[in-house]
Amino acid sequence: MIAIATPTTTWYLLLGAVLFAVGVVGVMVRRNPLVLFMCVELMLNAVNLTFVALAKKLDDIGGQTTVFFVMVVAAAEVVVGLGIIVAILRRRPNATTDDLAELKG
Amino acid sequence: MLDVVWLIPALPLAGFLFILLFGRRLGDPKSGYFATAMVGASFVVTVGVFFDLLALDAEQRTHQVTRLFSWVPLAGRSIDLAFLADPLSITMCLFVTGIGSLIHLYAVGYMHGDPRFSKFFLYLNLFAFSMLMLVLGSNLLVTFLGWEGVGTCSYLLISFWHEKESAATAGKKAFVTNRVGDWGFMMAMFFAFWAVGSLDYSALGGAAGTIAQSAATAIVLFAFVGACGKSAQLPLYLWLPDAMEGPTPVSALIHAATMVTAGVFLMVRLSPLLSVAADYAGWIIAITGVATALFAATVAVAQNDIKKVLAYSTVSQLGFMFLAVGSGAYVAAIFHMVTHAFFKALLFLGSGSVIHGMHHEQDMRRMGALRALMPITAATFIIGWLAIAGVPPFAGFWSKDEILLFAYDKSPVLYFVALVTALLTAYYMTRQVIMVFFGKAQWHDAHEEHGAAGDFTPHESPKVMVAPLVILAGLSVVGGLIQLPFSDNLKRLEHWLEPVGEHHLSASADDLTYVLMAVAVVVSIAGIAASIMVYAKHKVKPIEPAILANAWGYDRAVSRFMGGPGRQVFADIVEIDTQVIDSLVNDTGAQIAAAAGQVRKLQSGNVRNYAAAIGVGVVLLLSWFVVVRGLL
Repeated sequence: MIAIATPTTTWYLLLGAVLFAVGVVGVMVRRNPLVLFMCVELMLNAVNLTFVALAKKLDDIGGQTTVFFVMVVAAAEVVVGLGIIVAILRRRPNATTDDLAELKG
Repeated sequence: MLDVVWLIPALPLAGFLFILLFGRRLGDPKSGYFATAMVGASFVVTVGVFFDLLALDAEQRTHQVTRLFSWVPLAGRSIDLAFLADPLSITMCLFVTGIGSLIHLYAVGYMHGDPRFSKFFLYLNLFAFSMLMLVLGSNLLVTFLGWEGVGTCSYLLISFWHEKESAATAGKKAFVTNRVGDWGFMMAMFFAFWAVGSLDYSALGGAAGTIAQSAATAIVLFAFVGACGKSAQLPLYLWLPDAMEGPTPVSALIHAATMVTAGVFLMVRLSPLLSVAADYAGWIIAITGVATALFAATVAVAQNDIKKVLAYSTVSQLGFMFLAVGSGAYVAAIFHMVTHAFFKALLFLGSGSVIHGMHHEQDMRRMGALRALMPITAATFIIGWLAIAGVPPFAGFWSKDEILLFAYDKSPVLYFVALVTALLTAYYMTRQVIMVFFGKAQWHDAHEEHGAAGDFTPHESPKVMVAPLVILAGLSVVGGLIQLPFSDNLKRLEHWLEPVGEHHLSASADDLTYVLMAVAVVVSIAGIAASIMVYAKHKVKPIEPAILANAWGYDRAVSRFMGGPGRQVFADIVEIDTQVIDSLVNDTGAQIAAAAGQVRKLQSGNVRNYAAAIGVGVVLLLSWFVVVRGLL
C-alpha cells in the first residue's frame, strides 16, 4: 500500500533550492530583459519559501517577518525595474540585455 | 577707553565700507569729508586710549591686549586676532591718525574735480585701516596682515592715475620690490614660530632670555630684509622715488609719514630680540642705514623734480632711523620717526600746494619767486626746511642730534658719515627752497606781453589745503619738546616708551652731548650757507653731475640685470619647475589614470557577466564559510 506521504520541511527546502537554481540559470542564459527580470523574482521567492519553511520548523516568527520585508522591497524594486525595462523596450522593441551593454560608461 | 581699542582700526574700515557702497552718491567733496571724519574719530579714540594708558602704572602699560577671536586655532599655540595697546603702538597710532586726518582734509582740496574722487578716499581709508592693524597687532601675523594691506593700498594709490603709463609702471615696481621684502618678513615669522612657538610680541620678548643667539639673529635679520623693502633702504629703495607718480597727498601720507616707517616700527618691536642677537646684526642694520642715508642725500642734491628731492630725502631720513635702531637707540628712532612725520608731511603737502598752484608743474627749474604769490605755503615750507635741515629749536634738530649722539657712541665712523649726510641734507633742502620760493621767476606771467599761450599766474591754495599746512608747521616747530636732552625730566618720550630697551650712553659720549650738539648746529649752518652761496648768490657754480641725477646708475643697473641675465636665471628656474617638479606630479597622475583604465575594462556593461560574477562570489564565500570556518 502506498503510504500517504506527509510533506516535511525538507520537501519545502528542496523545492526552494530547485526554484532558486532555476532562477540562477535563467539569469545566466536568457537574454530577454523581461524574462531575466522574472528569474530574479523567482530567486527572491525561492528564498521567501525557505524562510517560511524554516520559520515553521523552528517555531520562530522572525523568518515570516523577514518575508514581509522581502516582499515590500521586491514590490518597490519591481516598480523601478519594470519602469526601466518598459522604457527601453518601447524605444527598441527587440532589445536584449547584451545590447544594453552599450550603456556602460 | 582701553576696551574699545578695536574702534581705532574699525572706524576707518567702516569708512571704507561705507564709501565702497555709497561713495559715488556722496560724491565730491562729501565723501572726502566723510573719510576725514572717520580718521578724525579714530584719532579721538586714540587720544582717549592714550590718556587711559597714561593713568596706568608703567608696568601694566605693556600688557593691554584686546583679544577679538582666535584666528588660527592650533592646539596650545593658537594665533589670535588681538590688539596690543602699549606706549609704542599708541604713539604710532597717534601720529598715524593725527597726521592721517590732516592729510585726508588736505586731499579734499587737492583732489577736487578728479573724476575718481570718492575712490581716492576709499583707498585712503583702507590704507588707514591697514596701517592701524599693522601697528596695533599683538602678534606678527596681525602685523603682517596690515603690512600687506598697506602694500596693496600703496600700489593702488601710486597707480591711481593709471591712464599715465609711468604711474602704472611705478605701482608695479613698488609692488614687486615690496614682495622681496615681504619674503624676509615671512621668513622671520617662520623662524620665530619655529624657535619660540608663538608669534605674540609678549612671548617673543619673554623668550629673549632663553632663545639661542643664532635664532634671534636669524629672526632679526630676516625681519630687517622686510624692513628694507617697506622702508626703502639699500638695496631695495628703488621703488620709493618712482612712487612719487602718485597724487601728492599719497606721497605725504604713505611714502613719507606713515607706511615707510613701518620697517623702523617692526625693528623697534623686535628690539628685545635684537638686543640678544649677535653683534653683527646691529652693525649690519646701522651700516645699511647710514649708507642709505648718505647715498640718498647725494642723489637728492641733483634732482630737479620738487617731489623727487623730497623722496630721496625721505629715503635718507629713514636711513637715519635705521642707524638709530642699529646703534640701539630705539627711542631716538621713534623720536625721529615722529618729528620726521611732522616735517616731511608738511614738506610734501607744501610741495603739493606748489604743484597745485603751478597747475601741475613739478620741475623746480620752472618755479622761483613763489613766496609773494603763495605766502602761507612759503612760510610753512620754510619752517619744514629749517626742521629737516637741523636748525635749532625746530623739531628735526633734536631728533637728529640724538641719533648722531648714539651713532658716535657706536662708532665715530658712523657718526662722521651721518654728519656728512646732515650737511648734504641742509644743502639740498636749501637748494630746493631757493629754487622754488626765491630767486627769479622762471614761469611766465599771464600779464606779460611775451607770454606763450596757456601761461598763468601761480595762486595760493584753498583754505582746506593750507589749514593742515599751518597745523603741521606748528608741530614741526614744537615737536622736539617731547624729548629734550637737557635733563632726565625732559626726556618725556623715553619715559613714556619704557620699557622699550635702550642702551645707555657710555660716559664719554654723555660728556660730549653739548659738544656734538654744537658740531651739528655748525654743520647745518654750513650746509645752508654753502647752498646760499651756490644757488642764491651764484658765487660758485652748482655741482650736479648727471651720475647723481641718475642715482649713481643703480636703478639702470638693476633694470639691465633684471632684463638680461636675471631674467635668464628666472627662465631657467621656471624650466626646472616645469621639467622636474611639474612632471613629477603630472606623471604620478598619468600612471594612476592608466591603471584605472585597465581596471575599467571589467565594467563590460553586460548584465549577465555581472550576475555570473555575483554567483561565483557567493559560491566562493559559501565554500569559505564551510571549509575554512567549519560551518555545518
